[in-house]
Amino acid sequence: MPATSEMSIGRETQFKSDGNAKGVSSKGSSSERDHPTINVAANERILSLLGGVALTLLGLRRRTTFGAILAAAGGSMAYRGSTGHCPIYAALGTNSASKMPSSEEFNDHGVHVEQAVSILKPAEELYAFWRKFENLPRFMHHLKSVKVTDAKHSHWVAKAPAGREVEWDAEIINDEPNKLIAWRSLENADVHSTGSVRFVEAPIGRGTEVRVTLEYLPPAGQIGRWIAKLFGEEPDQQVREDLRHFKQFMEAGEIATTKGQPAAR
Amino acid sequence: MKALCWHGKLDVRVDNVPDPKILNPRDAILKITTTAICGSDLHLYDGFIPTMEAGDILGHEFMGEVVEIGSEVKNLKKGDRVVVPFTIACGNCFFCKRDLWSCCDNSNPNAWMLEKAYGYSGSGLFGFSHMMGGYAGGQAEYVRVPFADTGPLKIPDGLPDEKVVFLTDIFPTGYMAAENCNIQPGDTVAVWGCGPVGQFAIRSAYMLGASRVFAIDSVPERLKLAEAGKATGINMDQVDSIFDALKELTGGRGPDACIDAVGLEAHGMSFDALYDDAKAAVYLATDKAHALRQAIQCCRKGGTVSIPGVYGGLVDKFPMGAAFGKGLTLKMGQTNCHKYLAPLLERIQKGDIDPSFIITHQFNLSDAVEGYRIFKKKQDNCIKVILKPN
Repeated sequence: MPATSEMSIGRETQFKSDGNAKGVSSKGSSSERDHPTINVAANERILSLLGGVALTLLGLRRRTTFGAILAAAGGSMAYRGSTGHCPIYAALGTNSASKMPSSEEFNDHGVHVEQAVSILKPAEELYAFWRKFENLPRFMHHLKSVKVTDAKHSHWVAKAPAGREVEWDAEIINDEPNKLIAWRSLENADVHSTGSVRFVEAPIGRGTEVRVTLEYLPPAGQIGRWIAKLFGEEPDQQVREDLRHFKQFMEAGEIATTKGQPAAR
Repeated sequence: MKALCWHGKLDVRVDNVPDPKILNPRDAILKITTTAICGSDLHLYDGFIPTMEAGDILGHEFMGEVVEIGSEVKNLKKGDRVVVPFTIACGNCFFCKRDLWSCCDNSNPNAWMLEKAYGYSGSGLFGFSHMMGGYAGGQAEYVRVPFADTGPLKIPDGLPDEKVVFLTDIFPTGYMAAENCNIQPGDTVAVWGCGPVGQFAIRSAYMLGASRVFAIDSVPERLKLAEAGKATGINMDQVDSIFDALKELTGGRGPDACIDAVGLEAHGMSFDALYDDAKAAVYLATDKAHALRQAIQCCRKGGTVSIPGVYGGLVDKFPMGAAFGKGLTLKMGQTNCHKYLAPLLERIQKGDIDPSFIITHQFNLSDAVEGYRIFKKKQDNCIKVILKPN
């Protein structure tokens, strides 16, 4: 049972590489007017530039109304190609410049973690706690806060070394009450991630099996190094500890600790 | 407050440390009235247990008065007098629900350490190394008790500390060892080691219906105390072969059950014991299993070997062939202490047993170092040391 459903989860949480999902951008529209941002992908820009120049030349040679329209369209395409900003894309809220990582990239450079824990509580209770994403930092050690922004979207802040933070926006891509929650980060994320948690009813008297799949794709550069540090050398261990704390919270109502107890040192 | 702290092999000291605080909603703070030194504390004292840190407060046998409770503790109030099981357990997980309290899933903050060594981690324990949770122990003036709504048992007025303090560990441990023998009417039981746990195992075996109990040790006063508990003593220094002695005493069949109440620091002069000493000395083995090997050898066919003695690592030359060839049942593990507190308190109240028979020495907490020294050396006929913090 778990093997096959695991695979289907794997497919559900794959990133699409077409990358035209709408991003939650922090950039304001006024700054966009002053400094047009790049929202056209590189190869598309080259095609736009070449096609625009060709259309402009073709239009100018015709010296007719249609020729003038062609030349204007060509000019706008050439502008789009040379600046990388497409006003139509901007109006549509579409962006082809910031590509989501492909599943191949995840396979090659990503951190992939699968962990399971059995919790002596009904799936409904566990699902309800997890689905309220604001609860996650209570047992996920590296998470600082999760803020739910609307029915599908949330903003995540994680602790990074030296008191810094990494942030990303995430959207729910699958939500089956009491069974499954799957999410992924959006394009503006410092770190691309996707994850799912499944709540599988265990045999009688054994509660619920909680199965988590997480994938992180740390970017290159400084943030990537922070992420690497964040997860240490054993990302499995970190996720296992988080799940252990989830279990302790749900079963025992608190997370076992000795921090703050006396010792002669 | 004052607390007995571990600083290294054969180095314990009474230090001034901060008072404990409530750290979780189900915590309570006790003011200790009586605490004791356990044989397993000597494993720490002797440096046999890894993941100790200098400054750790020792002690897992203690009782006292509730002086503070966390917000979620509803069944205790300030002033209650309680004994505390040495295994820390949440009471809510799969294992606690099955009475396997020492296997609690939720009480060891350092479970990952034990998982690396054992695959899965048992419960947290008071004052017993960081892989067992790193909880500060109770050889102190005050102690923090996690999951205080589940573990501690209220003691009725009129029962002195000395009668009930051993409910924290050694009485349930000896009792569980006997219970694990699945004693049937007429059964004979042999007990290796007449320290405190062995003494309670002997008396528990009789409580559970054994016809005859044999007690094996080399310390005369311990054998004498075993005999006071109706056991037949066998002084291992005075018989040529324990196997032959037990075979003789059981009409050629062997004991129905054998209890190893010695554990990983067995002594002996036989070849396998010296071999263990040599390997442990050069760190090629961790546990010395002389008593366990003998128990397996001596047990009758189809019998049970019950192991309350503590083991921590690897045992060399384990006689698996004998265990298999005779179809033995091996039962072992940390005591599921919580399960036994109430029924054994009842036995004490009924007068079936007065556990204070085991106490030979009492010290003030400030003199605890001397207590460790004489208990370790078995000086002055020492069998059990209790400590009074105030």
